[in-house]
Amino acid sequence: MSQLLRLATAGSVDDGKSTLVGRLLYDTKSVLADTLDAVHRASADRGLSTPDLSLLVDGLRSEREQGITIDVAYRYFATPRRSFVLADTPGHVQYTRNTVTGASTAQLGVLLVDARNGVVEQTRRHAAVLALLGVPQLVLAVNKIDLVDYDEPTYRRIAKEFTAHAAELGYPEANVVTIPVSALVGDNVVDRSDQTPWYDGPTLLEHLETVPVHADAEDAPFRFPVQYVIRPRTAEFPDYRGYAGQIAAGRVSVGDEIVVLPSGISTTVTGIDSPQGPKQSADSGESVTLLLANDVDITRGDLIAAAAAPPRVSDEFDATVCWLGDKPLRAGARVLVKHGARTVQALVTQLRTRFDEQTLSSVDEPESLSLNDIGRVLIRSAEQLPIDDYADSRRTGAFLVIDPADGSTLAAGLVGAPLNQLDQTDITEADPAAQDLVSPGP
Amino acid sequence: MAETLAVTDNLDALESEAIHIFREVAGEFDRPVILFSGGKDSTLLLHLAIKAFWPAPVPFALLHVDTGHNFPEVIEFRDKVVAQHGLRLEVANVQEWIDDGRLQERPDGTRNPLQTVPLLDSITAHKFDAVFGGGRRDEERARAKERIFSLRNSFGQWEPRRQRPELWNLYNGRHRPGEHVRVFPLSNWTELDVWHYIERENIELPQIYYAHQREVYLRDGMWLAEGPWGGPRDGETLLSKTVRYRTVGDGSCTGAVESTAATIADVIAEVAASRLTERGATRADDRMSEAAMEDRKREGYF
Ligand SMILES: Nc1nc2c(ncn2[C@@H]2O[C@H](COP(=O)(O)OP(=O)(O)OP(=O)(O)O)[C@@H](O)[C@H]2O)c(=O)[nH]1
Ligand SMILES: [Mg+2]
Repeated sequence: MSQLLRLATAGSVDDGKSTLVGRLLYDTKSVLADTLDAVHRASADRGLSTPDLSLLVDGLRSEREQGITIDVAYRYFATPRRSFVLADTPGHVQYTRNTVTGASTAQLGVLLVDARNGVVEQTRRHAAVLALLGVPQLVLAVNKIDLVDYDEPTYRRIAKEFTAHAAELGYPEANVVTIPVSALVGDNVVDRSDQTPWYDGPTLLEHLETVPVHADAEDAPFRFPVQYVIRPRTAEFPDYRGYAGQIAAGRVSVGDEIVVLPSGISTTVTGIDSPQGPKQSADSGESVTLLLANDVDITRGDLIAAAAAPPRVSDEFDATVCWLGDKPLRAGARVLVKHGARTVQALVTQLRTRFDEQTLSSVDEPESLSLNDIGRVLIRSAEQLPIDDYADSRRTGAFLVIDPADGSTLAAGLVGAPLNQLDQTDITEADPAAQDLVSPGP
Repeated sequence: MAETLAVTDNLDALESEAIHIFREVAGEFDRPVILFSGGKDSTLLLHLAIKAFWPAPVPFALLHVDTGHNFPEVIEFRDKVVAQHGLRLEVANVQEWIDDGRLQERPDGTRNPLQTVPLLDSITAHKFDAVFGGGRRDEERARAKERIFSLRNSFGQWEPRRQRPELWNLYNGRHRPGEHVRVFPLSNWTELDVWHYIERENIELPQIYYAHQREVYLRDGMWLAEGPWGGPRDGETLLSKTVRYRTVGDGSCTGAVESTAATIADVIAEVAASRLTERGATRADDRMSEAAMEDRKREGYF
């Protein structure tokens, strides 16, 4: 079967994300006749002369009534070259949490701008969210190019401004591609437009089909959150004891030395059971069951890691949160942290910075973090957690912040500071000690 | 940056994701249950659950909301599979709810919408806190909006405007007493993925998914079979046709498609070439309005 690419749309409200997704589905002939008939009928009912392709994805009644996207729609399509999982996210600020949902698993973000308006506040917010979450590839789709008469200078100006911004967020030039498109008409989405002779790059689909899908670095150390202990105690398997989970990073082979965290006990892997039966080694992303040499005490929530390169174990850590709760976060908040398969009580002891995604700078010691704010915090947990920096390991560096009172998800948490700018705080008061560190030279 | 998993084969990735979801639920909930009708999606669900816990038995009960309008072949298959794996099946018979007056038969005779109340009553009676469904996002555009862990209030309702963020593969299953979580391990599978996987794993299904001879009559553009739910009315005639079912639900509103696909490979070729979605081709309940599925889901349907 083909390779899979997960992508998410982003960009300001009405910039044409859902129409673009509809166009991709439509022009790749991924829309079946009955679905299309329904869209034609609904468009005609709304008095439109051409079908509104956003209706293919805006699947909720209130979305269709208001003509906006409220929650993520997941759509699937395949070409002979690849399979795609597409998350169409909302542009409205109020629904940023749904954009974060769609982006958290994406390998590529398609960020749209309206060619008439160029890069706007929400474009920068979403670019920051994509960068923070570590979405490795970006496409800037300069949409509604039909409404600026396919004007090359307009496109160049927006592309240049955005590329510079993406570079500041840490994106290498090779990972950012800009494409002039019209989702409404279909220019450069699947079919090359003859209205943009000045553009010789790929169409959106060509790019999606050929962009490299990042795989784990070969040498990423092994990480395995234990989800469940399998103990059949049946006549056939009286002594079987296996540790079930999904490999979060790296690879494991029979004979490997591993360490169980947070307890720190070491042992060896004696067997790997997979959905296809026993195997000698397994890679990140696989759900397997590990058999170990010694009967050690391991429960759900423990992490099995490469003995040679274990994560650090700590009950206090520095993290970045993308705040998604309606109530603001203040220092001293009691929360639950879900990391891997473990949920622990925790205290947010300090708010260190709030990130300004418009200027890419940070404000020190904010009073609070409110809905959609990104900031650095210090967290103390009631139990030791085996953690990696998010920048090194997306799976074992990520956590949820949960409200213990009503169970709602309050924040996307990332261990460390995945964005450089989160480190570079604007020093408001001159700190003489800090300045002394720079030697004036001979 | 590392996302970044080495598993890039589509079916392997889907299988691994589903198994991960089953294990999360087993680890975090007290009384999970799998909705099991004997149809292809729920059979696939059970197949994956068995893999997730092998060699231990599946740590969940099964629940079937039986409209009384099911195809006998499917019920037979359901009972065979349950016995084969030594599982515990609870059946909520819609007929009982009608007999004691908690539900009323609808004038059009279809019992599909009547499943919601027995489902919710059973969830409450058995104190199920996680309910696995075989729903897939590619089935319908309201389903395309649903989370993998979907919180339901104590009335079983889905509130699409207030869904929790669902980040990475960290699922938040917290809920208050009386609430429950619907879990959809097949969310990211398409109809073709399901068939490719059935082929790869050689999973047995009820025979009605493959081409067979059947007496059917045409209504609203769908081939319906005669059964306890009714039969042809004036002007509708029974014809013998070679058909198969793409979905299996309440007999009163599930249509057959004309097909000669007798093997898994034939079905894959047919589905790949089909110009109609599986629900569009076979489900009268979804044709009723633009938001038929969303409305049913809001009320607690699966
Ligand atoms: N002329 C023109 N109009 C477009 C184009 N793309 C989208 N539109 C129109 O822009 C409006 C908004 O499109 P949507 O696709 O709903 O925008 P969106 O970005 O998904 O909006 P939200 O999801 O609510 O953030 C609709 O009226 C579209 O028809 C385009 O390329 N050219
Ligand atoms: Mg939209």
